[in-house]
Amino acid sequence: MAAMELRLPVPRKVVSQGLARGSDKHLVAPGDTITTDTGYMRGHGTYMGDEKLVASVAGAVERVNKLICVKALKTRYNGEVGDIVVGRITEVQQKRWKVETNARLDSVLLLSSMNLPGGELRRRSAEDELAMRDYLQEGDLISAEVQAVFSDGAVSLHTRSLKYGKLGQGVLVQVSPSLVKRQKTHFHDLPCGASVILGNNGFIWIYPTPEQKDEEAGGFVTNLEPVPLHDREVISRLRNCILALVAQKLMLYDTSILYCYEASLPHQIKDILKPEVMQEIVLETRHRLLELEG
Amino acid sequence: MAGLELLSDEGYRVDGRRAGELRKVRARMGVFAQADGSAYIEQGNTKVLAVVYGPHEMRGSRSKALHDRALVNCQYSMATFSTGERKRRPHGDRKSSEMTLHLKQTFEAAILTQLYPRSQIDIYVQVLQADGGNYCASVNAATLATIDAGIPMRDYVCASSAGFIEDTPLADLNYVEEAAGGPQVALALLPKSDQIALLEMNSRLHEDHLDQVIEAAIKACKDIYTVLDQVVREHVHEVTTLLGE
Repeated sequence: MAAMELRLPVPRKVVSQGLARGSDKHLVAPGDTITTDTGYMRGHGTYMGDEKLVASVAGAVERVNKLICVKALKTRYNGEVGDIVVGRITEVQQKRWKVETNARLDSVLLLSSMNLPGGELRRRSAEDELAMRDYLQEGDLISAEVQAVFSDGAVSLHTRSLKYGKLGQGVLVQVSPSLVKRQKTHFHDLPCGASVILGNNGFIWIYPTPEQKDEEAGGFVTNLEPVPLHDREVISRLRNCILALVAQKLMLYDTSILYCYEASLPHQIKDILKPEVMQEIVLETRHRLLELEG
Repeated sequence: MAGLELLSDEGYRVDGRRAGELRKVRARMGVFAQADGSAYIEQGNTKVLAVVYGPHEMRGSRSKALHDRALVNCQYSMATFSTGERKRRPHGDRKSSEMTLHLKQTFEAAILTQLYPRSQIDIYVQVLQADGGNYCASVNAATLATIDAGIPMRDYVCASSAGFIEDTPLADLNYVEEAAGGPQVALALLPKSDQIALLEMNSRLHEDHLDQVIEAAIKACKDIYTVLDQVVREHVHEVTTLLGE
């Protein structure tokens, strides 16, 4: 087998022709007049231009009673209370960490809104402030829940549960937030031998399923034992599957990822990223999902 | 002009176009996965890539943050291989800095920056092949990239150049026509509301002819709009069909 593979440019295939859904939607582009009726309320993605409601982004119009919004195809993450996010620490400040969460401003994790290592419950003292960098330092990845959203769109996070906290060994995949399906739970232990955290902000964390569910460390001690080869292979395959699903714009949730993983099993892990293989396995996934819906 | 006939007696230009005709426009949105928005455009032989990041937290100097709106940060660069003679600096020279400033002005007029206080929006434009109308192609590419990033805009921004040769206004000049040294107008337009985002003119033009030239440029911008709009709609349709919720 050759060590290198060369490809010549080929015309792009339009995948959507086979699927005739979604054509009944009202699609708009920036500057389009949505309605001249003044009885409507202006939602996201729209603005008032002399007595008319005008779209400001490209996407589908959504109407809820009198409210008209335009949902853009992809945007940065807009926080909502209760969302699960995965983020990266960018800065350690006086009483807070700044966390990059793909939102339009960095999110805040207050020292007082996290569990201390050991699960101790008390007021945070000056010593705790000094030890902040020992808990989380710049570059660390965390999973957290959105506690509050400020008026300027910035988000405040909390990690007051053993589910949340610092992330150890695993793989981060960044996708568009609009591709992550909202669900009851965003922590999944997949039967294929790995776990995923599907952050609402489009950050997806794939990691080996932990042996025993959490010691009392509160998730701040990282397990640095080498991950067995088999687990690493499963994780790599899942990563490539997620990238394939994203390339074909399929929503991400536990079932779609699992079906895609199963569809990819006949192929080598590195081959999953080839465009034709991507198309094949995602098409199979789509069909299985449609069958599931009935 | 050394014998080069820019407009023949039959009304054809050097590349065989009519006076008001555009060059072939081909465009694609979403060419990069990593960026928030990206686009590629070809206008004749002028080829431009644009990428948009943001709105995101201020990077670099935080003191530049505006408390009531987003900062638009642009960078215009030309690939070293984009011109006939190899360029030494891809960006940062006088011409590129001026272009950067123009792009910034244009997009501050179009993007609804007040929705994102204390944030920053980065627009990076790179010319891969320069064959006249670099500013215009950059604006058009950046518009598509901004729309791809889902950043709210008042309207599209479409730009086109126009010149005035042998008493005829010519739309969308190519390199040969630009190099001839005649008057040249670059115009960025918000086509739906007919507002001008930027207007720039090089060399001298008689006042009586100005209206005609601007008219030609506006017409060209609207033609560009038709093409860009079609690209956007096809893209939106394709993606929504795939998402098919």
